[in-house]
Amino acid sequence: MLIIRNLHAEAEGKKILQGIDLEVKPGEVHAIMGPNGSGKSTLAQVVAGHDTYDITTGEVLYEGKDLLELSPEERAWEGIFMAFQYPVEIPGVRNTYFLKSALNAIRKARGESELDAMDFLDLAKDKMRLLNMEESLMERAVNEGFSGGEKKRNEILQMAVLDPKLAILDETDSGLDIDALKIVANGVNALRGPNRAIVVVTHYQRLLNYIVPDFVHVLVGGRIVKSGGRELALELEKQGYAGIEKAAAESRL
Amino acid sequence: MPNGSDPVHDFTTQEYKYGFVTEIDADTIPKGLNEDIIRLISQKKNEPEFMLEWRLKAFRHWRTMTEPRWSNVHYPPIDYQDLHYYSAPKSQTNGPKSLDEVDPELRRTFDKLGIPLEEQKLLAGVAVDAVFDSVSVATTFKEKLSELGIIFCSFSEAVQNHPDLVKKYLGTVVPYTDNFFAALNSAVFSDGSFCYVPKGVRCPMELSTYFRINAAKTGQFERTLLIADEGAYVSYLEGCTAPMRDENQLHAAVVELIALEDAQIKYSTVQNWYPGDKDGKGGIFNFVTKRGACRGARSKISWTQVETGSAITWKYPSCLLLGDDSIGEFYSVALTNNFQQADTGTKMIHVGKNTRSTIVSKGISAGRGQNSYRGLVEIHKEAANARNYTQCDSMLIGEKCGAHTFPFIDVRNTSSQVEHEASTSKIGEDQIFYCQQRGLKAEDAVSMIVNGFCKEVFRELPMEFAVEAQRLLEVSLEGSVG
Amino acid sequence: MNGAEYPSVLKEIIMNEIDRYLISYENFQKTRSEKEPSWIRRIRKDAIERFAHLGFPGPRQEDWRFTRVKPITRTSFERVDGLRSNGLSSGEIARRTFNDAGCHRLAFVDGHYCAELSSQVGSNSGLVIESLADALQRRAALVENHLARYARFEEQAFIALNTAFISDGAFVYVPEDATVVEPIHLVFASSGLPSSTPAIGSATSNLHVDKAGPDAPSTNGNAPRTHPRILIIGEKGSRATIIESYIGLKQDAYFTNPVTEIILGENADVSHYKLQRESDAAYHVAALQANIEKDARFSSASISIGGALVRNDVNVILDGEGVSCALDGLYLGDNRQHVDNHTFIKHAKPNCESFELYKGILDGRSSGVFNGRIYVDPGAQKTDAKQTNNCLLLSDDARINTSPQLEIFADDVKCTHGATVGQLDEAAIFYLRSRGIEENDARHMLIYAFANEVLDRIHLAPVRDRFATDLFEWLSK
Repeated sequence: MLIIRNLHAEAEGKKILQGIDLEVKPGEVHAIMGPNGSGKSTLAQVVAGHDTYDITTGEVLYEGKDLLELSPEERAWEGIFMAFQYPVEIPGVRNTYFLKSALNAIRKARGESELDAMDFLDLAKDKMRLLNMEESLMERAVNEGFSGGEKKRNEILQMAVLDPKLAILDETDSGLDIDALKIVANGVNALRGPNRAIVVVTHYQRLLNYIVPDFVHVLVGGRIVKSGGRELALELEKQGYAGIEKAAAESRL
Repeated sequence: MPNGSDPVHDFTTQEYKYGFVTEIDADTIPKGLNEDIIRLISQKKNEPEFMLEWRLKAFRHWRTMTEPRWSNVHYPPIDYQDLHYYSAPKSQTNGPKSLDEVDPELRRTFDKLGIPLEEQKLLAGVAVDAVFDSVSVATTFKEKLSELGIIFCSFSEAVQNHPDLVKKYLGTVVPYTDNFFAALNSAVFSDGSFCYVPKGVRCPMELSTYFRINAAKTGQFERTLLIADEGAYVSYLEGCTAPMRDENQLHAAVVELIALEDAQIKYSTVQNWYPGDKDGKGGIFNFVTKRGACRGARSKISWTQVETGSAITWKYPSCLLLGDDSIGEFYSVALTNNFQQADTGTKMIHVGKNTRSTIVSKGISAGRGQNSYRGLVEIHKEAANARNYTQCDSMLIGEKCGAHTFPFIDVRNTSSQVEHEASTSKIGEDQIFYCQQRGLKAEDAVSMIVNGFCKEVFRELPMEFAVEAQRLLEVSLEGSVG
Repeated sequence: MNGAEYPSVLKEIIMNEIDRYLISYENFQKTRSEKEPSWIRRIRKDAIERFAHLGFPGPRQEDWRFTRVKPITRTSFERVDGLRSNGLSSGEIARRTFNDAGCHRLAFVDGHYCAELSSQVGSNSGLVIESLADALQRRAALVENHLARYARFEEQAFIALNTAFISDGAFVYVPEDATVVEPIHLVFASSGLPSSTPAIGSATSNLHVDKAGPDAPSTNGNAPRTHPRILIIGEKGSRATIIESYIGLKQDAYFTNPVTEIILGENADVSHYKLQRESDAAYHVAALQANIEKDARFSSASISIGGALVRNDVNVILDGEGVSCALDGLYLGDNRQHVDNHTFIKHAKPNCESFELYKGILDGRSSGVFNGRIYVDPGAQKTDAKQTNNCLLLSDDARINTSPQLEIFADDVKCTHGATVGQLDEAAIFYLRSRGIEENDARHMLIYAFANEVLDRIHLAPVRDRFATDLFEWLSK
C-alpha cells in the first residue's frame, strides 16, 4: 500500500530524513518509535504532504502512485489520514460543519454522493459514542478551547468518520492520561481491518500496550536503524534509546 | 513537493456578477455643479422651498471646504465639474409608480440582481425600496406597513407627503457642515429611503433599500433618514451594486438614524459596489457618512456592515449616545482584495450616563488590498459609568497587502471603562494544511477559515443576508490566494 | 506646522516666537570658537533653517493634536551661557535621582558639563564616557560619523531646535565586545536660576568653547532653556546600562529640550532608562532615536513624574534581523500636568520582536496622551510585536487620550495591541477592606500593584527601589 524508498527530506537547509525505507501493507499496524528530533513527526508530515519539508531524494509510492506529486487534499481523497500531534484550532468554524465539508469533499472526489445533514449527523453520533465524546463538542469551533484529551479524541473521531485506508497517528498518545489513552486506543482498534493500514508514531511504548503493532521500527537520526516485532518496543522501554543511538552513531562512522 | 509546495494555488478570478449595464432611456442633466444645477434637481423633484434653501446653504458651505486627505486611502483627484448629478430612467420621471407600473426593463434589472419587485416573489418578510441611479423605482409592502402607521417610502415621496417630519429631522444628526462629502450630498442628493416607525410599533418585517448605480459618469448621492419613535423597533438593510466600468464612479451617501426613548434600530449593510478589476482599474469611490443618534433613554442603535465592494471605502457608521443607558454597537467585516482600499470604522460618542458600546471589526486584506480600521471612543465627563469594548482583528492573505489599526480613545471621567484589543496575523498555514489533510481544497479551506474569522459579525445579520454575506466573501476572495 | 495655518492675527506673534530663536541662534553662533569643525556649524545651520521652516507644531498636526505647545512658545526662554554656581552636591544628585554610588556619572547643570559633580569618566581602552563638548574636540571624526544622522531634525521642530543649539551633552562610546559593568548615569540638572546669573568663569574655560556673553541683547533674567544632546554608540557585541536623569532644583519654569541618539551594532545589548523628575513648572520636550542592528537587544524604560508639560518621543528602528526591543513607560500626572508619550517602533527587517508596556496614572486635572505606533515594513516577515497601554484615571477632571496603532505591510506577522482605561476595581477594594485594610491604603495598594508591572521590568535595583518609594510618596501626597 505504502512504499517509501531512500527518502531524504530537509527543512530550512537542515537534513531531517536521511534515507528512509519502509513498506506498509493493508491490514498491518506499524509503530515508528524514536527519540525526540529523530524525524518521526517529519516522516508523518511528509506522507501527509506538509510543505515545510523539501524532498531531496527518494520516492513515496501509495497504491502504486507517486504520492509526492499529490497535494495534501488529493492525498486525503486517496484515503490518507493523519491524526495531528498538535490539532489546529479554527475559530468560528463549527466542528460539525468542518467534518461534514471534509467528508463530502472526499466523497465527491471519489464520485460518491454527498451526505445530507441528517445522514451525516447519524454517522457522526455513531462514531462519537464509540469515542465517548460529548455531543456538545460537535457544536463548538474546531478544536478551539478543547482540552488536550478532547483534541486527540476529536482527531480519532474524524478518522472514524472519514474512513481512511492509511491512517498515521502522530504522537496521538502525548498529553493523554491513562483513561483517555484507552478510549483513543479502543477507537483506533475498532478501525483495524484487513483493508486498512495504521502507522503509529510514538516516543513511548505505552500506547502500544493498547494498540498492538505488527511491526516496530526505530528511527534515529533520520534513519530506521532497527525493525522488529512487538518485542522490540518492550526492549526499548527497558533499555531506552541511548543504546540504540550509540550503536547508530557508531555504525555511521 | 510540486502541488503541496504552495498550499493555496491560483485560480481564475470570477467576474463581478452584477457588472451588467441596463440599456434604458435616461433623463440626465448636464455635467457640472453650480447653483443652477441644484435648482434644477430641486425643480425636477418638485420640492418645497425649504428643501431648495437647505440644499443651497449646503452647497455654499461645501464650496468653502476642501476634500479630506487624512484617511489612509489614495486616489486621483475627483473633478466635481465632470460629473452628472442627476440621472433617472425617463419612464420614472413622474416619480415612483405603483408596483405594476414599473418599467419592465427596470423590473428585469432588479430581477437579475435577485431583487424581484413583486411582493409575492420577495423574501417573505422583507420590504424593499429599489433605487436606480438618482430615483426610487418602487417600494414594496407600502400599504401593509402603513396599516401599522409605519411610513416607508422614497425620500422624494417623503418630502411631498411628510414634509413636517423631513423638516423636523433632516440634517439633525449629520448637519450639512459635517464634512466635505456630507455637504456635497446635502446639496445634490437625489433620492433615497425614508422611514418612520411610530411610538410603540415593532416593525414586523425587514425593511431594505437596494441601491443600483447604472448610468456612466454619474455620481450617486442618496440620503436615508430613519426615525424610530419611542419604544419602536426596526431592522433595516441596504444592498448595493454597480456596473463594471473602467472609470471610477463616485458614491457619497448620507444615512441619519434617530432613536427616541426605548427605541431600537438595527441597520445592516451588505456593500458590494463594483470593486474595480484585478489591476485596480475602475470601481466605485464610496464616501459615506452614516450616523445614528440615540436620543432617548435606553435606546439602541446597532450597525452591522459587510464591506466587500468598492475601489475605495471611506465610512464610519457612528453612534451618538445621548440618552442615559443607551447602547451603540458596530459590527464590521471589511474585505479588500486586488487594489481595493478601505478606511472604515466607527465613532462611539458617550454623553449619557451608563451608556454602553461594543465594537467588533474584522478586516481581511488580500492581493494588494489595504485595509484600515479607524475608530474613536469618546467618553464625556458627564457620561458616568460608560463602558466600551472594542475588538479589532485583521487577517492578511498574501504578502503584498496591508492591515492598519488606528483607534483613538478619549476618556474624561473616572467611572468609565474602556477596553481595546487588536490583533493582526496571517491566515494560518497550519489551519489550511489541517483542512487540506481532511480533504478540503485550499480555496475552500481559505473561505472556511475566513468565514469562521467573521462569525461574530455574521451572526448579527438577519439570516438571509448572513448567507448572502458569506457567499459574497467567497466570491470576493477568489483569486486572492496563490 | 508653518505659520500659514494660523489665522493672520496670530501669525505675527508666531513669527516672533520663531524669530526669537533665530536671533538667539545668531548670537549663539557668534560665541562659538572659530576652531570648531565646519561640519558641526553646517548641521546647526541646516537645523535652524529647518526649524524656521517647520515652526512650532500646532494642533492640526496629527502628532500634536492633544498637546499644545503654546506655554512654551509664548515664554521667552533663554540659553544659559556657562556654568553657574548652584549649590548642587554629589549627595544631592543621588538624593534627587537614585543611589548611584559606583556608577560612571556625567553631570550637567543648565546644559553645561560639571566636572566636579562627575565621576569615573574619561576614556580607557577604547571606552569613552565624556561630555559631548569634549568629544567634539577630542574625537571629532567619530562624533561626525553619527551625530544628528539619526534623529530626524528635517521633520521634527523640537529636534531641529535642539540640533541648532548643539554644544554640550553626553557622549558614550562602547567599543566592540566591551562590557561596561557599572551603569552610566547621565544627570541633567536645571538650577532654575535666571539666565542673567553670571557664570563661573574658570569652571567653563577648559570644557567649553562658549564665551561669556548675553544670549539675546535686551533681556534680563529670563527663564532658562537647555538643549542637551546625547550620543550613545554601542559597537558590535558591546554591553552597557545607561540612565538619563532630569531634575529641577527650583520650582521655577524652565524648558528642557533633550535629544538622544542611540546606535547599536550587531549583537549589542543595551538597557536604557530615562527618569524625568523636572520641577512642577518645567517644560520638557524630549526625543529618543535608536537604531538597532542585527541580533542586538535594546530596552528603554521611561519614568515620568515631574514637569508641567511633558512630551517624550521614542523612535526605534529595528534595522537588522533578530533584534529584540522592549519599551516600557510609567507616567504619573496630577494637578494640571500634561504628559504625552509618543512611541514609534519600525520593524524594518524580518524576525524581530518588540514588546511595549506603557502605564499611566492620572489624578487632579492632569491629562495624558499615549500614541504608540508599530510599523511593519513590507518584507519584515515573522515580526512579533505586542503593545499594551493601560491607564488609570483617579479623578473626574483627569483625561486620557490613547491611540495604539498598527500599520502592517507584511503578512507573516503576529502583532497585537491592547489599551484599557479604567479605575480601580471596587470589588478588590472591598475585599481588602473586609480584611481590615483602610480604604485609602487599599486604594494605594491597588494603584501600586497597577504600576508595579512596569517597575518590575526595571532590572536596575537602585532605580527600581527609588521609584517604588517615589510612587508611594506620590500616592500619599
